[in-house]
Amino acid sequence: MTCREFADFIMDYLDGELDERLRTDFDQHLAVCANCATYLAQYRETVAAGRLAFDDENAPLPREVPDDLVRAILASRKR
Amino acid sequence: MHGVGPADDGGDRSVDSQILARLRAGNDAAYEEVVRAFGGRLLAVCRRLLANDEDAQDAVQETFLSAFKAIDRFNADARLSTWLHRIAVNAALMKLRTRRRRPEEPLDPLLPAFKEDGHHEERFQTWAEPPDVAMRRAERQALVRQCIDTLPERYRTVLLLRDIDEMDTNEVASLLGITPNAVKIRLHRARQALRSLLDPHFRGGDA
Repeated sequence: MTCREFADFIMDYLDGELDERLRTDFDQHLAVCANCATYLAQYRETVAAGRLAFDDENAPLPREVPDDLVRAILASRKR
Repeated sequence: MHGVGPADDGGDRSVDSQILARLRAGNDAAYEEVVRAFGGRLLAVCRRLLANDEDAQDAVQETFLSAFKAIDRFNADARLSTWLHRIAVNAALMKLRTRRRRPEEPLDPLLPAFKEDGHHEERFQTWAEPPDVAMRRAERQALVRQCIDTLPERYRTVLLLRDIDEMDTNEVASLLGITPNAVKIRLHRARQALRSLLDPHFRGGDA
């Protein structure tokens, strides 16, 4: 497997969607190519950083809705 | 108020059916409860997609109006929160489509480049510390959001819907009118591009 192919398969690898043969090839490339290992680590960290970036907004506590918006919605329902 | 909020996701469906019965009976208090319970999260979803508070509020208003009009057709097997979320994403996407788009920058410069033999052109430098400890939390969140915002719109949208809103591939495909495979390709490219944008900031752990 080349670095190019490795990069193409990263998402399927992380999602557990590679068939056994490709997964073995992927793991073998990962074991011998430090540059791709770094790339894979950064790819994972990127996904995690994206999720964390909006973490506060997804907090389970109900967040405030501006009163003006609530009033506008309720008023337009009656129109 | 309690019982209908997003905190109940995955919880008691009977709560949904109780509030639904009150909505269908035209109970004004029930409408307000639903708006207050779900409005905040829907506003956050629309703000992320539209990156504009006024447009996001319009989209949320349209969401509730469409939902209330269709309340008799709501399938009680679904979660109210999931249903509203989908309507909100749809409303925001409609707004994105109608609004004047900024010209899209090509994504290629942000994707990895390869030599003829298939090796990377670039020698990647380890991010000294994972980004979640390298920077102060709020600072890091702001930086990552800013980088996501600079992605071309069709990639940014898929990244937000899949990685942040955690919608599944088929649902995103149906909302965007593209194939599931196209969603996967866009998501992978969006993540690769975001990695390139974050790289200079996360190298050596400095911001």
